[in-house]
Amino acid sequence: MGEPRTGQTYTRVPSVVVDDLHVVYRVLGPVASSPVAALKRIVTGRRSGAIREVHAIRGVSFAAYEGDAIGLIGSNGSGKSTLLRAIAGLLPASRGTVYTKRQPSLLGVNAVLLNDLSGDRNVVLGCLAMGMSRSEVRAKAGEIVEFSGINEQGDFSSLPMRTYSSGMAARLRFAIAAAKSHDVLLIDEALATGDAQFRRRSEERVQELREGAGTVFLVSHQLSTIQASCERTIWLEAGLIRMDGPTDEVIAAYEEFAKEPVKKPSARGGPPAAPPGTPAVAPQTRGKHRAAPADA
Amino acid sequence: MTWGQEAARSWRPQPNDDTIMMPPVVVPPVETPPSLADLANGYGLIPAGTRPSLRAYTRQLWRYRHFIFSYANARLAASFNTARLGRLWQVLTPLTNAAVYYLIFGVVLDTRDGVPNFIAYLCTGLFVFTFTQHVVLSGVQAISGQLGLVRAVQFPRAALPIALTLTHLQTLVASIAVLAGIVVLTGDPVTIDWLYLIPALLLQAVFNTGLALTVARLGARLTDLRQLMPYVMRTWMYGSGVFYSVAVFAEHLPPVAATLVRANPMLVYIELARDALLVSPPLASSPMQLWVLAVGWAALACFGGYVFFWRGEPEYGRG
Repeated sequence: MGEPRTGQTYTRVPSVVVDDLHVVYRVLGPVASSPVAALKRIVTGRRSGAIREVHAIRGVSFAAYEGDAIGLIGSNGSGKSTLLRAIAGLLPASRGTVYTKRQPSLLGVNAVLLNDLSGDRNVVLGCLAMGMSRSEVRAKAGEIVEFSGINEQGDFSSLPMRTYSSGMAARLRFAIAAAKSHDVLLIDEALATGDAQFRRRSEERVQELREGAGTVFLVSHQLSTIQASCERTIWLEAGLIRMDGPTDEVIAAYEEFAKEPVKKPSARGGPPAAPPGTPAVAPQTRGKHRAAPADA
Repeated sequence: MTWGQEAARSWRPQPNDDTIMMPPVVVPPVETPPSLADLANGYGLIPAGTRPSLRAYTRQLWRYRHFIFSYANARLAASFNTARLGRLWQVLTPLTNAAVYYLIFGVVLDTRDGVPNFIAYLCTGLFVFTFTQHVVLSGVQAISGQLGLVRAVQFPRAALPIALTLTHLQTLVASIAVLAGIVVLTGDPVTIDWLYLIPALLLQAVFNTGLALTVARLGARLTDLRQLMPYVMRTWMYGSGVFYSVAVFAEHLPPVAATLVRANPMLVYIELARDALLVSPPLASSPMQLWVLAVGWAALACFGGYVFFWRGEPEYGRG
């Protein structure tokens, strides 16, 4: 795990650069409680908060490099998922820019495929939607179903997806998205679902994807997952970067912040956490990102 | 110091080095940290969410043609998935429709309107119009109803409304088979003219694709359109001579309005289909005029709708 990174130290190529990003959601807010109230609102011309703005990201800047796996942590509503969506180009920025080389792809538990269709058909559709050719899809379909492990409990891949448990559906989605080597893979809590065995398998897959010179962003509340797969972590709070640096340092500070200490991640089994302070790379990365907004 | 960072630092000074004698013209804007933007530019990264050129977009769309076809088929399969009779409903739905209208117009009201084979005349108009109606009604939700998919995967969004038109085109093929049965059963002969149905319906499909693209973009922003659209379509249906010959009310209209009614694209496609299937049905315009109008409308709607949809590409998925 540690070796390839030292080799990459001198060939770091940025894959995602986020420059002073702001994202504002326009929410069609709580609709009037009754037709009469709705009419009253229209007649009086009062907006009554029908359209509300939520400033979810308030100026985030950083650069991610090929081969990086970056964890995103922060309390609920701190803007982690929004940041991923903005990087994926799925949410337009209100200010600032996200620079990417190729289209990043977002893999989240919210990604809905067609629930009325069988798992097999969803695999084909999902792969085609990611831009695979027909022959690639044919070659990969079996592998994907096998990786997702949905057939371990019987022949589920021929059943409609609406019959799946939420864990199975999330596993299938992860398997589909992980089938392609992405330049930039954005994972939103996907690893939090699934049993211990699947989690280990997906961690291995994330590791493989990284070695394929892709960049991985991982949003999770499971600090152990982040420690296992990311050597750099960005801590978001209220739409701003609170801290950006080596995973162990950031997580230590985050746990301090969260007051009630989260279950000690080091106590668990499984793959060892990324070694702290691996040569040169991580600390300097942090230094740069800290410096960047400052010299403006 | 990594190589990337070094590059990042050296990138900014470079343009200034040559122009060192000049007054500091190249002042980067204060609010953007220049090192990040230049780092991105230096490695050829491009800003996310920029709209590709129309040509590049079309090329992308072409690469996604397999996705479009399987998505269209998948939607069709999914729509009958929970019904026991499954895809048999593809044929049963137009049959039931025809039965209902036969009951009302053929038996109860005994409408004739001077049309020799009124039931076949009515069903042709109805089935052709239903094609467009379904495309428009589901087109409004082509983006807004698939936000999960749109927010999960990046692909040219025009794939969704186009796939939807293909889905309904397949439904149309089934209802045309039913229609052919009705025409023959009600006493009209099978003629070589039936072949005109193919180009007529293909032109209508192209026209519908344009409509689907247009309403998909509108529906993505104006979510209330979904509630409004059924009434728009119903009004359009009454103005397209589905239930009666347009001549009935065109003669009561001022000349300008009558011309507009005759140019109505839905009337054009319906009349072309009737002209192909039935023996000398009453027509509002000559067949030649109808064909010209059909091609014109299809080209206009498809090109206009495509450009209109493409211009909104970065917005989709915002919700």
